[in-house]
Amino acid sequence: MPREIWLVFRRHMAVSLRNPAWVIVGLTQPILYLVLFGPLMERIVSSTPGFPQGDAWQILTPGLLVQLSLFGSLFAGFSLLADLTTGVLERLRVTPARRLSLLLGRVLHDTVQLLVQAVILILLAVVIFGLRAPLAGIALCLTMVALIGITLSAASYALALTLRSEETFPAVLTSISTPVLLLTGILVPITTNLAPHWLYTLSRLNPFAHVMEAQRATFRGEYTVDALLTGSVVLVAITALTIWWATTTFHRENA
Amino acid sequence: MIEARGLARTFRSRGGPVEAVRGVDLDVAPGELVGFLGPNGAGKTTTLRLLTTLLRPTTGRATVGGCDLLTDPVGVRRQIGYVAQGGGTAYECRVREEIEIQGRFYGLSKADTVRRGAALASRLDIAGLEHRLVRTLSGGQRRRLDIALGLIHAPALVFLDEPTTGLDPQSRANLWEHIRALRAEHGLTVFLTTHYLDEADALCDRVLVIDNGTIVATGTPDELKSRISGDSVSVEVAPGTVPDAAGIAGRLPGAHEVTTGENTIRFRVPRGDTALPELLRALHTHGIDLRSVQVHRPSLNDVFLTLTGRTLRDAEVPGAA
Repeated sequence: MPREIWLVFRRHMAVSLRNPAWVIVGLTQPILYLVLFGPLMERIVSSTPGFPQGDAWQILTPGLLVQLSLFGSLFAGFSLLADLTTGVLERLRVTPARRLSLLLGRVLHDTVQLLVQAVILILLAVVIFGLRAPLAGIALCLTMVALIGITLSAASYALALTLRSEETFPAVLTSISTPVLLLTGILVPITTNLAPHWLYTLSRLNPFAHVMEAQRATFRGEYTVDALLTGSVVLVAITALTIWWATTTFHRENA
Repeated sequence: MIEARGLARTFRSRGGPVEAVRGVDLDVAPGELVGFLGPNGAGKTTTLRLLTTLLRPTTGRATVGGCDLLTDPVGVRRQIGYVAQGGGTAYECRVREEIEIQGRFYGLSKADTVRRGAALASRLDIAGLEHRLVRTLSGGQRRRLDIALGLIHAPALVFLDEPTTGLDPQSRANLWEHIRALRAEHGLTVFLTTHYLDEADALCDRVLVIDNGTIVATGTPDELKSRISGDSVSVEVAPGTVPDAAGIAGRLPGAHEVTTGENTIRFRVPRGDTALPELLRALHTHGIDLRSVQVHRPSLNDVFLTLTGRTLRDAEVPGAA
């Protein structure tokens, strides 16, 4: 099975490496926010009470990593829809290879791709905008980014395979991703001091809001149970849940 | 090689259940080249998807390549090659990459995959394309790559779903040659679907005619043709001798559907080739001057018409595949 996963991973990686434009395309949005919104944020954070600890870049960069994951991994299902249309998926499903390998190989590819982008984004923030974050914190944050990537790309494949439509799929994704993104507080953190009570309560229902907080804590170098536990537990739980969902979808006949 | 009993599959749809396949029994012996003939929407592809483990039957059972379809689908997958209707190659991948993942998924080593891939590529006239992207191949080349992928693990049985649909006549004839040759060289069992009568006629040892989810006839192309309506014979004679000639033709054993034109007589007999000498002798004895004679074996289209009351084209379900 690891061999099959590796084969699927390498197949997708070969295609990505032939078109390295994906790195740039995926990074465009977060870099624009970094350049055109970051400096604004610097002033706001220093003059507005209620922000969590840390400077503007420590708050913004983890947020942009979540945005990167959402726009990268969440749309991974498109490649599966293409393979569905061209019959590639069916061809591979008639081989003795495990169906789970077909899923995990893709997820692994998407996650590696996301991590490369995340590293580039962090480097840009460090070099150009002077982001200061401890190395261990960055490593921890990247681990979380990887888990978010796994979660979102697995969910995306499950959804694509369930909907099987190149029209419905992006429509559903957009209607989910926008509220999730806003309720995660990727630009301005949703805290008790900054947000009205109802909005804060609503954001607590969004698992990514908890993960977001843990990620920001890692950039501040806070590794306390208080700062990391909720986010980590929530993250591991949603990762396991979506992998399970995607696995059952991939194993279902006619999928 | 294949033994299916009562294989059926019902799909749920908004308009209620759709019985795509309703109780198919079929047997395919090792080394046979069997064609599944029927209009679009008759249940060909669904039956193929059942036999290749892509769909679970609603009822019925089957063994494919000695493995039970329901209890050992992975065993079935190891035994068979499957080439889907629209193919199944990724446009952005290189030919070499497609061959490699296919072979290695079947458990071949890298070296074996390369060797086997090269042999198939040269056998199917796609050698030297290994480094090309799939999207740069022509339709015929892509189709042959599909077939090479389906055969990479040297299966004893290969399923070809509409192998020549969408190919130009030259590529079609070329592919037929390849299929015949592969089968002759490797004793491959081939189960193919087609809605081309000439394809079933030219290629298959045995034809199963499917309509509306059930098999309505089975036999060699010749058997089917002779069993159904017989050969059509048309005779041209001198004007004025038509009634006499028609009388003679009508007395031939098994002659039926005798019609006459200004100086032609048409009729059907079970075997045109054996009826002809007798006809010629009788015409000669009666001093009737014969100008030309033609014998047409019935096409499978005639067969389909007789069996179902519809021509193949009429039977096509719009939009179905």
